Amino acid sequence: MIRIALRGLLSRKLRTSLTAFAVVLGIAMVAGAYVLTDTINKSFNTLMASAREGTSAVISAESLVKNGSTSDRPTVPASLLERVGSLPGVERAYGVVETESARLIDAKGNPVGPAGPPALGFGRDASTIGQKDAFKIVEGRWASGPSEVAIDIASAKKAHVSAGDTIRVEGSGPLERVRVVGLLQWGSSDSLGGATMAVFDLATGQRLFGLAERLTEIDVDAKAGVSPAQVLKEIKPLLPAHARALTVDEQIKEDQSEWASFATIIRYALLTFAGIALFVGAFVIFNTLSITVAQRTREMATLRTIGASRRQILGGVIVEGLTIGLMASVAGIGAGIGLAKLLSALMGVIGIDVPRTATVYAPRTFVISIATGIVVTLLASLGPALRATRVPPIAAVREGSTLPRSRFARLRPLVSGLAVAASLAVIGTGLFGSFAQASQRLLALAAGCALFFIAVALLSSYFVRPLARLVGLPGSILGGASGKLARENAMRAPARTASTAAALMIGLALVTFVSVLARGLTRSTEVAIKKQVSTDYVIRAKDNYSSFSNATATTLARVPGVEKAVALRADTVIAYGKQAQISGVDPAAIRSVYHFDWKQGSSASLSELGRDGAIVMDSFARKHKLAPGDRFTVTMPDGRKLLLHVVATNKQPDFFPLLGKITVSQAGFDAAYRTNPKTTATVFLRTADGQSERVERSLTSALAAFPSVGLKTEQQAIDAQSSDLNTLLAMFYVLLGLAVVISFFGIVNTLALAVFERTRELGMLRAVGMTRRQVRRMIRYESVTISLIGAALGIPVGIFLAAMATTALSRYEVVFSLPIVSLTVFALVAVVLGMLAAILPARRASRLNVLEALQYE
Amino acid sequence: MQTQLESEPRAVVGSRPDLEPAPRSVVEARNLTRRFGQGETSVDAVRGISLDVPAGLLTAIMGPSGSGKSTLMHILAGLDRPTSGTVEIDGTEITTLDDTPLTKLRRKHVGFIFQFFNLLPMLSARENIVLPLEISGERINDAWLDELVESAGLAQRLSHRPAEMSGGQQQRVAIARSLITRPTVLFADEPTGNLDSRTGGEILELLRDSVDSYGQTIVMVTHDARAATVADRVLFLADGLIVKELSDTTPEEVHRAISETGR
Repeated sequence: MIRIALRGLLSRKLRTSLTAFAVVLGIAMVAGAYVLTDTINKSFNTLMASAREGTSAVISAESLVKNGSTSDRPTVPASLLERVGSLPGVERAYGVVETESARLIDAKGNPVGPAGPPALGFGRDASTIGQKDAFKIVEGRWASGPSEVAIDIASAKKAHVSAGDTIRVEGSGPLERVRVVGLLQWGSSDSLGGATMAVFDLATGQRLFGLAERLTEIDVDAKAGVSPAQVLKEIKPLLPAHARALTVDEQIKEDQSEWASFATIIRYALLTFAGIALFVGAFVIFNTLSITVAQRTREMATLRTIGASRRQILGGVIVEGLTIGLMASVAGIGAGIGLAKLLSALMGVIGIDVPRTATVYAPRTFVISIATGIVVTLLASLGPALRATRVPPIAAVREGSTLPRSRFARLRPLVSGLAVAASLAVIGTGLFGSFAQASQRLLALAAGCALFFIAVALLSSYFVRPLARLVGLPGSILGGASGKLARENAMRAPARTASTAAALMIGLALVTFVSVLARGLTRSTEVAIKKQVSTDYVIRAKDNYSSFSNATATTLARVPGVEKAVALRADTVIAYGKQAQISGVDPAAIRSVYHFDWKQGSSASLSELGRDGAIVMDSFARKHKLAPGDRFTVTMPDGRKLLLHVVATNKQPDFFPLLGKITVSQAGFDAAYRTNPKTTATVFLRTADGQSERVERSLTSALAAFPSVGLKTEQQAIDAQSSDLNTLLAMFYVLLGLAVVISFFGIVNTLALAVFERTRELGMLRAVGMTRRQVRRMIRYESVTISLIGAALGIPVGIFLAAMATTALSRYEVVFSLPIVSLTVFALVAVVLGMLAAILPARRASRLNVLEALQYE
Repeated sequence: MQTQLESEPRAVVGSRPDLEPAPRSVVEARNLTRRFGQGETSVDAVRGISLDVPAGLLTAIMGPSGSGKSTLMHILAGLDRPTSGTVEIDGTEITTLDDTPLTKLRRKHVGFIFQFFNLLPMLSARENIVLPLEISGERINDAWLDELVESAGLAQRLSHRPAEMSGGQQQRVAIARSLITRPTVLFADEPTGNLDSRTGGEILELLRDSVDSYGQTIVMVTHDARAATVADRVLFLADGLIVKELSDTTPEEVHRAISETGR
């Protein structure tokens, strides 16, 4: 039987390949995800380890706040270096300063590199530079002295500078001009994930980064024969609070873990989309095998009459599925390796280079890819295989024999109804239930959606007739006989049309879902911002994220025409054991741009803020039982404590609050952050006569001294908020587009099989006078009808899911809004896909030899 | 149209008192009826037939379209189940058998030849012929295969696919396939129905040969009056009943019988 199954596949090479292709793309993504992330991990791990060669222990300071602090990296006093250096077990200790905000500024005054990745700055001891790090000088030499720098090749290219040229750098203070004396690589790559890298000598780094007398790290070399553990024991007593020392191995592990989590995110993102692609692929395989089983009814029945058992028939179809799965997996792995290289190259093109050593092919990659491909096709072939066992031997002698209805067929409406109910219950639990971990919630949602898609696919065969009548209407009016026949053809095997359309439905539903949700988020942001702020201009960092110099507001305030320049300071502190945003506002000026929604208190409360007064958010106050007059303590990232008292409570939109949970006066904030001159998150500007070109010109020229910030109108600022979302949305479209492409092959398959099946009928139509053109048109209209049914199912399903998600998010004031233009585009895409899918089958149908087709048996 | 069968339902058609000793019966059917559909639209295709198929003879079942001859053969072969009545093949009652024992019985005792040949298109002639053995996991008896191939005149065609062969050749492959397991009884469903008359004649000859040379038992449903020339006996059906039986007959007799029993 195995041999018969294989021979069968071999005799239908094209169809088999088209079927297999449905899984190839999904497996390619699985394999690609592993190869890419393994390679990234390996490269980083190798570099991280080599950069620490010779070092025994590393001292660094710990920040209490993980991510999101505007305060730069935590530091230890520089005096520690000397004390560590004179320990008996220490050969030598080296000081290092690092920052993430040493922005290089090109000749035109624009920041170098994309907004987003950090602008890394390093100050390194001249005697270790290039040895105890992953840097490699490629051209020129290392920096030594107060006005020299070595920068990465990618940044040099972007800034159009070469060794010997000067460039400006924005550290913690005003812009400084430095000479580029060398070009460097990190490992073997010209850049590091799009970040810019500027390497100074230690003293220059300390001065530029505002870290005089401070160090972010001390690297310790032990004397010969002294183990890292022993050195650590000597160092420990010297450590100040919030400083820590790790052996070199521990430190390497920690260095690596940061990058590992970066790679893990990429991996799971790709695997998620691979999962979607495989799910759609399973539909296509299920459908194709179902059709081929139906078409081979007589063949199966003949096998039964000559002694094949049901089990053998079952085995035959499963072997077919397994073979397709195995082939697809092998091809998918090949494609996946290519995909990994492509993605890696693509990352380089869009400016997030990562160092690449030799590509890593872990055995695990192959095992998982092949196992996944086989399991998916096996599951998809189970249904058709079971159906094949129901072929009765007597079908061998009956022409046009159809399969008997399954015993469970009449239960189908009930089963699909229950499946819809169950899937909605699971999705509902996922959205509204409480989960210990976000990943469990996501898993519940994913499982619920998968079940929902299957349930809709089951139900959809009941909708095929009315839908086909509806979407086929234009075709049947415009297309004459071809159009009418096309519509009837699409309706004559509703189950087949339904599951072909269902594959497309999944992709379109997901695309619709993200599109509607994104639209809702964008609208919510806009509503929330407009509710809180009325201003003429908004100044924010060009990356829409970093804090910038507090001098910006004072400079802008002096520009003629500016009535008020209101700065908003921001940072993250620890309150009641949790991270919380803290804001600093000018009590006198803030009211001119920000609308407070007081709960307890009034505008008068602002003048009572003083140095240690705080306005706290109502939800925060209720949670911690705070009322005006109460005192509470917050801990700053470096460990210092602030004692505050509540002056008033306010309400803010949950979705996009502009102020932190805690708001203090600017004076109080600046007193607490005395050493950090870059804590401004936003500056709001009110001008004498609103927005005008004249004032914009003077503002822009005033901002020349602050190249990393940008001027926007309120609306531009709102749009900028959604631009990150739009980038994400574009990525989703591309990745979900893969699922749509797979369903496209499903349509091609179904049509090709239908043409094959109707050979005699097509011959008859040609014989009674249908032209080739009409035949092609008939197939094309049928194809468009199928794809439009997919759209007619997918778009409402996507909207429905988005509506559910919006309801769940409504406590964050996310609104529901339909992106009509996008949805129209999706429907048009479906039409185009339908037309493209028809090309090959239509050509085949129109080229049938009439005589042969009529004699065809 | 009254027949002796209706008045004497227990009488067995096919006993041949003129031949001694009477050959053993390999298929015994009793009181078969078959109703299709339900209620007012129901049709009785077989209305009470009992018959024995004697071993080593070629029995032809003839009758006009709709006479129930195909239905009868499907029931005898275990492809269809009667509404009432019993069928024994080689002593085993088959109408109540589950699928698995029925499949096993088919492997051992039953061969099929179809009007449309029903060869597997992706397999060569040889592969098609030995397929039943492969399915049941039995060894190929090379001498037997050679003999079947030789007598069917397929020696030069063994590596050809069905699509590369004429209809007659395909039917020869089908015959060889059905004989490869030496079935107790071979059912042929209009074996010449899709062939021109000369080729059809050759196929009938080949079937006759297998009876004469190997003692093969054959039940053949056919329209073809020439079948009479190769059949040991011919049963005529009309309206779901056996209305006439002829032995060692001629086409002329058959034609006469058809016009008598037919419409």
